[in-house]
Amino acid sequence: MDINKINETKADKMFMGFVYFALTFALIVVLYPLIYIISASISDPAAVNSGEMWLWPKNVTLEGYRIILQNDAIWRGYIMTIFYTAFGTMINLVFTIPTAYALSRKDFYGRRIFTIMFVLTMFIDGGLIPTYLVVRNLGLIDTVWAMVLPNAVALWNIIITRVYFQSTIPRGLEEAATIDGASNFKLFIKIILPLSAPIIAVMALFYGVGHWNSYFNALIYLSDRSLYPLQLVLREILVLQEMSSNNLNMSGQVAEFLHSQQQLAAIIKYGVMIVSTLPIIAVYPFLQKYFVKGVMIGSIKE
Amino acid sequence: MKEVVPPISPATVIGNKKKKNRKIIQNWQLYLFILPTVLYFIIFKYIPMYGIQIAFKDYVPTLGFTGSEWVGFEHFTRFFNSYYFWDLIKNTLGISIYELAVGFPLPIILALLLNEVKDSVYKRTVQTVTYAPHFISVVVIAGMIIAFLSPTTGIINSFIQLLGFEPISFMSDPKWFKTVYVFSGVWQSTGWGTIIYLSALSGVDPQQHEAAIIDGATRLQRIFYINIPTIIPTMTILLIMNLGNIMAMGFEKILLLQNPLNKSASNVIATFVYETGLLDTQYSFAAAVGLFNAVINAALLITVNYIAKKTSETSLW
Repeated sequence: MDINKINETKADKMFMGFVYFALTFALIVVLYPLIYIISASISDPAAVNSGEMWLWPKNVTLEGYRIILQNDAIWRGYIMTIFYTAFGTMINLVFTIPTAYALSRKDFYGRRIFTIMFVLTMFIDGGLIPTYLVVRNLGLIDTVWAMVLPNAVALWNIIITRVYFQSTIPRGLEEAATIDGASNFKLFIKIILPLSAPIIAVMALFYGVGHWNSYFNALIYLSDRSLYPLQLVLREILVLQEMSSNNLNMSGQVAEFLHSQQQLAAIIKYGVMIVSTLPIIAVYPFLQKYFVKGVMIGSIKE
Repeated sequence: MKEVVPPISPATVIGNKKKKNRKIIQNWQLYLFILPTVLYFIIFKYIPMYGIQIAFKDYVPTLGFTGSEWVGFEHFTRFFNSYYFWDLIKNTLGISIYELAVGFPLPIILALLLNEVKDSVYKRTVQTVTYAPHFISVVVIAGMIIAFLSPTTGIINSFIQLLGFEPISFMSDPKWFKTVYVFSGVWQSTGWGTIIYLSALSGVDPQQHEAAIIDGATRLQRIFYINIPTIIPTMTILLIMNLGNIMAMGFEKILLLQNPLNKSASNVIATFVYETGLLDTQYSFAAAVGLFNAVINAALLITVNYIAKKTSETSLW
């Protein structure tokens, strides 16, 4: 029997009642907007705009999705985002994993100096403007490189990966391999990488979701519409259009898309929220476990 | 001083040096492993750091960081004397402090409540659902806020009207801006913020609870005398980090929610730097404003950490 039950007083029971009440409240508050978006995206626009549809779909229609799927700007953004996410994450991993492994080796001369060099940037930072100017002077503006190189590696992720290596790779392994005459390169490919599948998965997800959801770098580094990621297209549909009716920043394609569909505009907006978040929702069940693990590793004091 | 140093025979010095050199040579491939990251940090972190000097110069793109002419503190004086200076400070601090006051305690409370529930389908459902908004992009969040709060078609205003009140123009009324910003953040991050506290709470020794139960402690007493003291170090660290970040809040969301009508409340230092620097191309002036912000941040972080060290023995360094 549960020890908690032994001395459960009336006050305890009341308190547990309150706990369940509060948690249910939190659950509803978070869940409601999510359900609403799904319902709104497939409901009759008139019912959505009037507030008649407030929980479950009314007069189900897929018209919103049909228009979304016909829109070139969204497709183009989607393809670009998939490309930036895949390419960017690959670069992130190539930078992060070997670096973290080198730093995890006690016999790596200079690891302290390198660590200090990296950690220092957490406290002192060039800031937005100098960073932008460097990217511009390198000629990266309006190239796909601007979307992957300025964020090629994140210090926090190096730290997490290093902690993982230090706590999971047995100490004697490197020595044994060195005695056998294996080079560090061979050791890394043949032994370390196969042992680090979990951390590679965590890192791929951390970086991948970051790429998928980011808009700011694209906003400052890209002006060529054909390079726009999905989030910038969404910004035009969800934010700019709403803020002012005659926004000059919006592409003709997007403006026309929303204008000709005045009536449907509301449900189109909810639809694009779903469409753009779908890939993340699809991997969320795996994501959650790995992400939580990542946060936990990160909280271990280095 | 020299006499104090224990004598080291020249042989050991050479021996150490040899050992060090051998270590470097033997592990030369590890330097290749780290090379790309070192280059990244030099190019994208240290060169921009070197570029901070443009805050004291008149940056001309063709002359570069070093070639541009020095102007001293001209940009800083201009910023301090501008009519918008105090508005920017007020908005920046106002939003941050509001966010901290509401957003900091809530994950702690939620974690303490979740910790009372034994592992079950219900608990996992609450966790899965409340973590989910963390993964939604800031653009979609901004879109949701704007759509839900629309005075004509938004669902929130439908409810407000149902209760017999006038619809509220949340997005065009400056006095609502901070609340909208803070509570949308609460919706998105409270659940995710519990993870770190739940992991700290899982470290509580069950025997402590058993002993307390036998002594007749209620659940509430055990929370106050066992659970909360356990997470105080975690709380302290997160509080220091939050306070040290007080001038650098989620500016990407503010930028998306900002419009000409609410700007008197939403204009913060970070969005101002973006606007003057990248939209108006006043690079030097914007870099100066950004530097001012960074210096205040660093000073705050150091001060708060110092206070924490003196009073609670928990600190970042």
